[in-house]
Amino acid sequence: MEILNFILEAGFWVATVRMATPLIFGTLGELLCERAGVLNLGIEGIMAAGSMAGWTWVYFGGDLWTGVCFAAFVGALFGLLHALFTVHLGLSQHVTGLGITMLAAALSSYVFRMLLPKATTPPKIVPFKAFAIPVLSDIPYVGNVLFNQSALTYLAFAAVIVVAFVLFRTPVGLAIRMTGENPMAVEAQGLSVFAIRTWTVMAGSALMAVGGAFLTMSAFDAFYIGMVNGRGWICIALVVFASWKPGKALLGCMLFAAFDAVQMRVQQQSGMTVPYQFYLMMPYIFSIIALIVMSRRAAYPRALLVPFRKGER
Amino acid sequence: MRMEPRENVSVAVRALAPLIAVAAAMAVCSVLLLWGGASPLEGWALMLKGALGSRFAITETLTRATPLIFTGLAAAVAFRAKLWNIGGEGQFYMGAVLATWLGTGALSLPPYLMIPFLFLAGAAGGGLLLLAPTLLKTRLQVDEVVTTLLLNFVVLLFVNWLVFGPWKDPMAMGWPQAAPVVDSAVLPQLFAKSRLHLGFVFAVLFAAATWWFMRSTVWGFEIRAVGASPKASRFAGMPVNAVTVRTALLSGGLAAMAGVSELCGVKGYLTLDLSPGFGYSGIVVAMLAALHPLGVIASAVFVAVVYIGADSMSRAINISNYIADVTTAVCLLAVLFSMFLTKYRIRWR
Repeated sequence: MEILNFILEAGFWVATVRMATPLIFGTLGELLCERAGVLNLGIEGIMAAGSMAGWTWVYFGGDLWTGVCFAAFVGALFGLLHALFTVHLGLSQHVTGLGITMLAAALSSYVFRMLLPKATTPPKIVPFKAFAIPVLSDIPYVGNVLFNQSALTYLAFAAVIVVAFVLFRTPVGLAIRMTGENPMAVEAQGLSVFAIRTWTVMAGSALMAVGGAFLTMSAFDAFYIGMVNGRGWICIALVVFASWKPGKALLGCMLFAAFDAVQMRVQQQSGMTVPYQFYLMMPYIFSIIALIVMSRRAAYPRALLVPFRKGER
Repeated sequence: MRMEPRENVSVAVRALAPLIAVAAAMAVCSVLLLWGGASPLEGWALMLKGALGSRFAITETLTRATPLIFTGLAAAVAFRAKLWNIGGEGQFYMGAVLATWLGTGALSLPPYLMIPFLFLAGAAGGGLLLLAPTLLKTRLQVDEVVTTLLLNFVVLLFVNWLVFGPWKDPMAMGWPQAAPVVDSAVLPQLFAKSRLHLGFVFAVLFAAATWWFMRSTVWGFEIRAVGASPKASRFAGMPVNAVTVRTALLSGGLAAMAGVSELCGVKGYLTLDLSPGFGYSGIVVAMLAALHPLGVIASAVFVAVVYIGADSMSRAINISNYIADVTTAVCLLAVLFSMFLTKYRIRWR
């Protein structure tokens, strides 16, 4: 019963929305890439690079919003590298993606240590503050949960709407989706599969990096090595859970974050009956179960993982 | 830009390509050394000296290469069958957990029985750990990349619980570690005053055995055929799913042996830092070796040189030791690129 009361508290939902934010960015980014037919296993590293880039920008005197832009730019660069290898050279998306993750994570740690060699405790920046939207935030309960969050959280919700609109209501979105389903047909229309995939992977990677930047610039105020801590991999599972649809992705991220918030709370309350490590396992096991449940209905983009070469069948 | 397939690429070119790629990767990473205020030539020379400059350095490098050979073989075998086993880290710890369970007093055997038994038991554990994601792949088409990756976190948390909870050694002054393995389970040292242990010999023997297995047995042929084209293999009447499951048991077993070897050869007891990411580095090792089991030995030694050498270099010229991680990642990408260039020619027009 105590858990039920806890779930009804506004504070629980405020925390859930906050914890869902990096996942929303990451899942949307991965979803975009996969819709164009490219699996991006670089996500874990790209999120780390984004969290480092945004934080560093602000720490060295930059302003918060340009820091977000810088993080997105760094993410797009790693996306470009991924696209060069997988789209243009047609190399294994699995291995390249892991390589990008290793490179981006290692570079973030290296650059951080080189810029701040003497820092023993991670230095801090002034992060995004919660911004109460006038009028809307006065709505009882819901106002506090949805309209008294940090600016990046609003941006995440806006990104869901933008990505959904672009994918399903614009010619560009149609081209992206077709590229993921049937690249030959796209080429027959006189469009370039290479260009579409490259730009989409860059845009998706930029979104992932902003998700990483949320961690250092909104959720916490410092950069720690290893702070992404598997969130990227969970986003990949969430894309399958969402069957490649932005709205369902938002739902999946919220569910996942709520679940995570509950396990944290249970962990605090139950004393020592179940060791805390088993609660920490839950998000990963939950992701695996979600993959199993959704696998029956999984309608993968048909050209996912298939490299495209002009004139080859 | 246009790609043309190359025909008749000689063995020499294919063997040389990864070497050129590694050289190119080092050149790229030199930028990072320059930024740190060091001369790249001096830096790389210090790295070589730190890894190969003395008898002690060489034995340390080979000690570090030992688990990498096992995890590299694990990745090579799986990737050959297009089974994307990214769970080497979890399987590594699974092997170490089973070796701890059986090797800390649960049974007493003479060393010549105890050590092979622990390797077999560990391998069974690792193989079974990979079996679950593989069955999900063959039965339900659940992507094994994500499931094997997520299982790494689960296994690591399980080990965390063991070493902080039921297996915590009361004699360890409060450190989170399990009790040491019994004397008969300790892998003997190969030379006096070095950490190099019998596990290295095992690793090399397993690489040779894997090479022979993949090349000369029906099961090895089936693994390669399924990897090359599952459709054609199914058409030829091969039990594709059964082959994938066999590959999983082999791959998971090899990765787990890395854990047994580190536990019984180097540390002696289970801790959370038994592996600094050997499971993930194994993927790099396998790719550098172009998935060739014998090449895995060479590439494991190379990756060990980078790690051991970068450690002493970073201390000598005062730059971050993350340079080792960056260098191996760039090497991986450069080797991928070189493998492409041996298959295709780029024409600009």
